[in-house]
Amino acid sequence: MSVAELVADRRTRAQQERAENRALTKLTIGPSPWVRVASLAALVVLAALWLLPVAWGAVTSFKQEAEAALPASWWPTMGWTLDAYQQVLSNSDLLIWMWNSLVVAGLVTLLTVLISAMAAFAFSQTVFKGRSLLQWLTIASIMMPGQILIVPLFRQMQVMGLVDTFAGIVLPQIVAPVMVFILKRFFDAIPSELLDAARIDGAGTWRLFWTIVLPLSRSILVAVAIFVFIGAWNNFLWPFIVTTDPQFMTLPVGLSTVKNAYGVQYAQNMASAMIAALPLLVVFMLFQRRIVQGVATTGMGGQ
Amino acid sequence: MTVSNAGVTAPPGKAPSDPKRSPGRSGTRSAATGKSLRERDRSGYLFVAPFAVATGLFLLLPTLYGLWMSFTNQSLTGTGSEFIGFANYAEAFSDPQVWQTLWHTVWFTVLSTIPLVVVALVMALLVHTGLPGQWVWRMSFFAPYLLTSAVVSALSSWLFQPDIGLLDTWFAALGLQPVGWLTDENVAMFSIAAVTVWWTVGFNFLLYLAALQGIPQQQYEAATIDGAGGWRRLFSITLPQLRTITGVIVVLQLLASLKVFDQIYLLTAGGPNGSTRPILEYVYDTGFTNYRLGYASAISYVFFALILVFALVRLLPSRKEA
Repeated sequence: MSVAELVADRRTRAQQERAENRALTKLTIGPSPWVRVASLAALVVLAALWLLPVAWGAVTSFKQEAEAALPASWWPTMGWTLDAYQQVLSNSDLLIWMWNSLVVAGLVTLLTVLISAMAAFAFSQTVFKGRSLLQWLTIASIMMPGQILIVPLFRQMQVMGLVDTFAGIVLPQIVAPVMVFILKRFFDAIPSELLDAARIDGAGTWRLFWTIVLPLSRSILVAVAIFVFIGAWNNFLWPFIVTTDPQFMTLPVGLSTVKNAYGVQYAQNMASAMIAALPLLVVFMLFQRRIVQGVATTGMGGQ
Repeated sequence: MTVSNAGVTAPPGKAPSDPKRSPGRSGTRSAATGKSLRERDRSGYLFVAPFAVATGLFLLLPTLYGLWMSFTNQSLTGTGSEFIGFANYAEAFSDPQVWQTLWHTVWFTVLSTIPLVVVALVMALLVHTGLPGQWVWRMSFFAPYLLTSAVVSALSSWLFQPDIGLLDTWFAALGLQPVGWLTDENVAMFSIAAVTVWWTVGFNFLLYLAALQGIPQQQYEAATIDGAGGWRRLFSITLPQLRTITGVIVVLQLLASLKVFDQIYLLTAGGPNGSTRPILEYVYDTGFTNYRLGYASAISYVFFALILVFALVRLLPSRKEA
């Protein structure tokens, strides 16, 4: 498809969407212009309220440190500056933590999706001894909140020598029984004839899994991956417990535990927060539709 | 979520069967053994192995190990791991800190869950009107959910900053007294709940929005023909259709709120005067600040019992429907 076609395609889709939205407006709140104006006003107020903390943080981050400590003003009188950003980028481990977060969240996502999909496939499409027992155990473990395991898990990590290692941060996070069930539900809907036909053709179980089941399930795999990634990127408690060395800290842990040696620097604090917020916000803007769908289908925990 | 059955060629001599609901029982049977192809596929355990090993190592083992620890006087410094029976549990039940932090946890759960459900519903209803600006509304309501707790606490403590913070500045402009948002024992928990609503409501908002999009439009069309107005349609079609999802969201939210730790630890560290400390922070303090791993495990299990009650409530309705 050429660029021109892509643009045209996008335009028709946007037009369709607008038409659908207009129809929806008629169906939900009817033709009254007053209700429309009131709803729109409510949306504007709510959105402004929800954007306020981030907007205020952003304004502060572009102020000079001396001005940030003065009573709040939206327009900096001493001028806009990138000083705070320069300071935090050169004087803190921010970029290291960001890299660590990326590695950790990436590994957690990859491993979680892989082992959950494999287990879901086994539960859904194969027969083996102890399958129902394992399935029952998996359901039971959904109810186990990871947070209450911090004490024994930390002790275990000490014994295994995994404190202050990526393995120690990542491995306990890859157990996601809920995801196994979400995926199993999806795999259950794959017609058995399709798999049997491939089996007759002599395809091994690995081939079935890689060439039939996974490609058919791309949408749900992406949904699960998005959900797991957001969770891992933002996870605080476990990485906080298992790391003490700033070189291994993830973004949330480093930001909140390592304090500036020069006392409180408001503009710099906000600059760090803005930098830390940026990656996921950009990803969200790029893949909004996918992420919204992914969170909605996965967030219910397969209910 | 169903994969279409159309276009799949059934093997000769075999009528297409129901898309398999009962694995291992349907499917093509081999004439020689009478077993389905799936039943002859014995490699399933290899596929489940990585997940089973990970679950065993990082969920089952610590669960059992923690239970054992709760009956010992183990310390983080490595000393003492004698079996002391139910002594930790006896101490936990008579420890006022356990009851107090448990109460804070429940109080936070109540304060946060109600607005987290109601505000999410209002947002979703407003966005589902299809009014212009869809992208902006979705973005502004959901974006905070993408922020990590450290960023959330940095942004909100800056808003709450005494004297020079935005809120106090506005209050001063209105001629009101400054409020100890995070330093007044009577206010801190409300501030934390408000931050939590701002932070995570976008998630429930998306769940509601997805549910709203699932309501068949014909119902609205039929109602319009029958002359039902906007409010009538809201109360007679939309809200009744959301009953099931509301139940699910409430339970998921209760479970999430009970596990509160991040934002409280980062905003007030449980203060002022321990007035916001949740039970999970008490577990953390007991284990990692006071080094009493055995006692911390016992408190964890008391807390677990509470969560289990909610988790079981969550499983019950879904089983009835299945």
